[in-house]
Amino acid sequence: MLQEQELKTFVEGTTNYFEVAAQQPASIGSPYLTETPPSVHDYTGIISISGKREGVVYFTAPKAMLTVLLMKMQENDFSHETMRDLVGEVANTISGNARRDFGRDFVISVPSVLAGERPDIPQKPGARSFVIPINWRSHSAKLIVSLT
Amino acid sequence: MDKSEVMSDNGKTKSFKLMIVDDSNIMRRRIERSNQFDELELVGTASNGLEALEMFKKMDPDVVTMDLTMPQMDGIECISKLVVMKPAVRILVISALADKATAVEAMEKGANGFLNKPFTDRQLNEAIADLMR
Repeated sequence: MLQEQELKTFVEGTTNYFEVAAQQPASIGSPYLTETPPSVHDYTGIISISGKREGVVYFTAPKAMLTVLLMKMQENDFSHETMRDLVGEVANTISGNARRDFGRDFVISVPSVLAGERPDIPQKPGARSFVIPINWRSHSAKLIVSLT
Repeated sequence: MDKSEVMSDNGKTKSFKLMIVDDSNIMRRRIERSNQFDELELVGTASNGLEALEMFKKMDPDVVTMDLTMPQMDGIECISKLVVMKPAVRILVISALADKATAVEAMEKGANGFLNKPFTDRQLNEAIADLMR
């Protein structure tokens, strides 16, 4: 189960990502706990966590938000593959940055990416997820952290 | 940032061959676009450590930017192999992994610099400039 300070690590990682990569801060809503799999957007980047903690961290965002994010990054390829690449990279960056606090035994996988509204997110039975709402420009996305 | 030049001891501009290693296309293009150094010529890109070794043998780069979390062969293992092949190669790790132990391990394996993702263009160019001094 995630502690408050650990949750703060992911909130700060998300804030930092948008500030630096998109040069425009995101506003983070109040994180909440859910026992049912949260709904996801068009693209979802998933990082599996192993080592001293187990579970998943995933970033899910609508195509419109990713398109603007790519524009802010001076990218001019807006293909399906590039959208997949971006959600994977966001999930990887926020999860990797969390090792600043969790240490190197917080082992992260390479990203896997799912597209579509009802992807099958790997989740341990009974695991509870923290949802961190992300509002950036006029778009909404989520970072979901489910760790044991 | 203005275009920068790296001068050799005799005052002439040196040229360096650059290889970018990252499993993200977006990141590879971002690093290529952000490069402000005229004397740094991109000679190859690779999306994992194995591809990087092959590209390295063919193109003999002087400077490498290296991601760490990659499929097939990770960046730490790749760094170890590159420095055996060419001890003078300059390697800048560009990774999301933000713990000190990973940075220390990368440097011990032979990396010359470490830059955390996400990064600004300025941070990238300062890190590359440090690498080429």
